[in-house]
Amino acid sequence: MAASANGLGDAPRSYATRPHIFLLDRSFAIAVNAAAGIFVVLVLGLFAMLVHGSWESLHAFGLRFLVSSTWNPVTSTFGALPFVYGTVVSSLIALLIAGILGVLAAAYLAEFAPRFIAAPLSFLIEMLAAVPSVVFGLWGLFVLAPFLRTYVAPPLQAHLGWLPIFAGPYYGVGLFTAGILLAIMIFPTVAAITRDLIRAVPSEMREGSYALGATRWETVRRVVLPAAGSGIFGACVLALGRALGETIAVTMVIGNRAVIAASLFAPSYTLSSVVANEFTEATTSVYLSALVELGLILFLISVVVNGLARLLIWKPQLLANGSRVLTWTLRRRAGA
Amino acid sequence: MTPFGLRRRRFVGALGQVITALCASLAAGTLVVILLYVFMQGVHALNPAFVTQLPRPVGMAGGGVANGILGSIVIVGIAALLAVPMGVLVGVYLAFYGRGPFPEGIRYLGEVLSGVPSIAIGLFAYTLLVQPLGHFSAFSASVAFAMLMLPLVIRTSDEALRAVPVSVREGALALGIPTYAAVTHVVLPAARPLITTGVLLAVARITGETAPLLFTAFGSQFWEYNPFNPMAELSLQIFTYAISPYTEWHEQAWAGALVLIAAVFVLNVLARISLRGARR
Repeated sequence: MAASANGLGDAPRSYATRPHIFLLDRSFAIAVNAAAGIFVVLVLGLFAMLVHGSWESLHAFGLRFLVSSTWNPVTSTFGALPFVYGTVVSSLIALLIAGILGVLAAAYLAEFAPRFIAAPLSFLIEMLAAVPSVVFGLWGLFVLAPFLRTYVAPPLQAHLGWLPIFAGPYYGVGLFTAGILLAIMIFPTVAAITRDLIRAVPSEMREGSYALGATRWETVRRVVLPAAGSGIFGACVLALGRALGETIAVTMVIGNRAVIAASLFAPSYTLSSVVANEFTEATTSVYLSALVELGLILFLISVVVNGLARLLIWKPQLLANGSRVLTWTLRRRAGA
Repeated sequence: MTPFGLRRRRFVGALGQVITALCASLAAGTLVVILLYVFMQGVHALNPAFVTQLPRPVGMAGGGVANGILGSIVIVGIAALLAVPMGVLVGVYLAFYGRGPFPEGIRYLGEVLSGVPSIAIGLFAYTLLVQPLGHFSAFSASVAFAMLMLPLVIRTSDEALRAVPVSVREGALALGIPTYAAVTHVVLPAARPLITTGVLLAVARITGETAPLLFTAFGSQFWEYNPFNPMAELSLQIFTYAISPYTEWHEQAWAGALVLIAAVFVLNVLARISLRGARR
């Protein structure tokens, strides 16, 4: 253990002379493993607690809970069908709008826009993802809903009123408003992931297409977008998952009425809105339990939907570069 | 005569580009419209009293959301204290300590958790901490928020740590320093900017979150410093004010939204600055 000749001071001494280092090393390893273990317990515990909380309702109603449309706290009869309907329909409207607009916008940002336009537009779209849900709800309730009622619904009713989906009176709040607000909220998810998927398409594919005489637009439409196809579908599924679980904004604009109506203008109710509105008013234990079961349904839907998105979106070439994946992840999560 | 109808194809291409540009501008424009509305509506009710005073009863002018702002800071702060150390440790586990199939399993659980709706996580915190104790508490809200933060902190730490070249860690180990010190003194500092970005984004995300608070923090009209009591929170106050029938509360909701959106945007911009620092 002579003093080192390179001017970096003494060489480190061994464990034998410094036993506390060995202890520190062991405790750090134990802490790291314990943290991982606690995390697993937490996630499994999340599922277990939701099942535990909804046990009474699961026991009392079984599978009828999913197909019954009676939600009556007075007689303690609970069925979730209208909420499942409202959740699925509002989210599908959102996905239809945000899916189409998001992919087109991503194509522009990744392929057509010059850098000095793409950068600020991307920034604005990513910031759209950062707007809190309650602010979307506030804006949806006081700005979007009156706007749709005054300017969008009357022409739709005048020209397409014979369609059952545009029938009946429109109060400004309902499936239609919720769907459009959700579309705005999930748009950044679709656009940001699709843009990164498009950029990950190898440039040889574009060059090959140009060499065959295709225009830029034809290259994007026939070569680039299909190459990113399954990933784009995965992005849409991921966005759908966000829409299905969204609570506060939807609660403020969907009208909160447990009915199943064909018209998009009708008020409706979603799984999460019922929980948000009624949880603190639930008086009986079976009522509370039924509400927790709605949360359990949401949990199970999200596991299935995100599992599907993960299968579709996973690209080995994206994983080749750690920092690239990280940037992608951060962008995606900034959209949460 | 152009080959293969080139003129028509060029026209279709130009049209396509215009349409895609419109789609991108529409989304960016929506953000601008939302921001303008929040600013114009919110700036009326925004005054020093709004951020320093307690809420007043309906019908009385003035008052503020100071207790809600304090509540947000307390609830988010406790959540970060819970989630960041644990998340970074799990990240260290995934990057360096995990063996066999366990790391992949934990990464998958992280993916699952990141997709779970916040309201379901709120219900978890309720059944875990509110129901057994018999009363609402800010701490239960922090636990729910920590659960929302964890997947992001874990995933960022994991990827940031793995992005540090192996040679850096090997160099440290070759100098004879113990494994824990190689991680805490060499690899973690190198990964810190990216982890900071992830943490800031996670904090920004939960700052704007409202749903789990409805049945965890619950809200309060008063100053509350004990995290084991019900506590006011800014986004929850905005929600309550917005769905109320009173005009003066609506104004308060807009002003609250302005404060909230400013806080969230500052956090996001900080995250971007940190990310830029990491790329360099």
